[in-house]
Amino acid sequence: MSELRCEQFVELVTEFLDGALDPRAEREFVDHLAECDGCGRYLDQVRTTVSALGELPEDHLPEPARATLLSAFRKKSGRDA
Amino acid sequence: MSVPPDETLLPRLRAGDDDAFALVLDAWSAGMLRLARVYVSTPESAAEVVQETWLAVIAGLDGFAGRSSLRTWVYRILINTAKRRGGRESRTVPLSSLGPTVDPAAFAGPGEPFSGHWRELPAPWPTPEQHTLSAEVRDRIATALAGLPERQRAVLVLRDVQGHTSAEVCAILELSAANQRVLLHRARAAVRAELATYFAAAGEGRPR
Repeated sequence: MSELRCEQFVELVTEFLDGALDPRAEREFVDHLAECDGCGRYLDQVRTTVSALGELPEDHLPEPARATLLSAFRKKSGRDA
Repeated sequence: MSVPPDETLLPRLRAGDDDAFALVLDAWSAGMLRLARVYVSTPESAAEVVQETWLAVIAGLDGFAGRSSLRTWVYRILINTAKRRGGRESRTVPLSSLGPTVDPAAFAGPGEPFSGHWRELPAPWPTPEQHTLSAEVRDRIATALAGLPERQRAVLVLRDVQGHTSAEVCAILELSAANQRVLLHRARAAVRAELATYFAAAGEGRPR
C-alpha cells in the first residue's frame, strides 16, 4: 500500500480532477490509485456523478417572457418607438 | 449559433442589434433559470428572476464597465436579484468546521488492520445502457441538489450541471479558487453518496 490512506484519497479527488494537486501529491495519488481497487471505483463513481449532473434536462424561458424581453430591448434601442 | 466574444457582442448589443440580443437571451436563459433555482423555490419565481435580470441588463448595458465578462456581469445581477427575492437566510457553513465527505465508518478505524483504508470496496454501480439518465436517477440527483447548502449548490450547478470553468465560477460567485474547490468537492461527494444509496437499494430490489 502507498503512504496515502483511502480516507485521505477520497478528499483529494476534486483537486486531482481539477489538476490542482502539486506534483508530489499527484504522484502519491496516482500511485495509490494504481494499487487500490476501492479508490479506483470511488474515483469512477465521482466521474459518473459529474457526467450525470451535466445531463440534467434544461429549463426554458416561457415564450411570453422571451417576447416581452425582445420587445423591451427594441424599445430601449429606440427602434420600436 | 454560438455567442460571439464580448468584444464583438457588446458593440452589437449597444447598437441595438436585436439578433445579437436574441442570441444571448436564448443561449444564457436556461443556465440562468437553473442558477436562479438555487435561491428561489419555484420554477415560476426563477422565470421571474431571469426576466427581471434581463430587464436590468437591458437598462444597464450602456453603463457596463467591462471589468468582468458580460456573462459574469449578467450572472451577478441574477444572483443579487434572486437573493433579494428569495429572502432566505443563506445557510453558510464555515468551511473550516466541515468534516470528512465520506462516512468514516467506511474505513477501518485506528488500531485496526489497514487503518484508514476501505473496510469494504464501495459497491459497484450499474453501467448505464444508454447515455440518457433514467427518470429515477434524475430525481435522486435533483433531490440531492435541493438538499445542499446554498453555496455548494451554486458551485455544483455552475461547474458540473452547466460546465463552467473553475475561473468563471470564482468570478461569478466571488470565491477564491480554494474555497470554490472545497464547496465543489463537498457537493459532489454528497450527490455521489445519494446515488450510492439509491443504487444499493435498487440492487437489493427494495426501495429505501
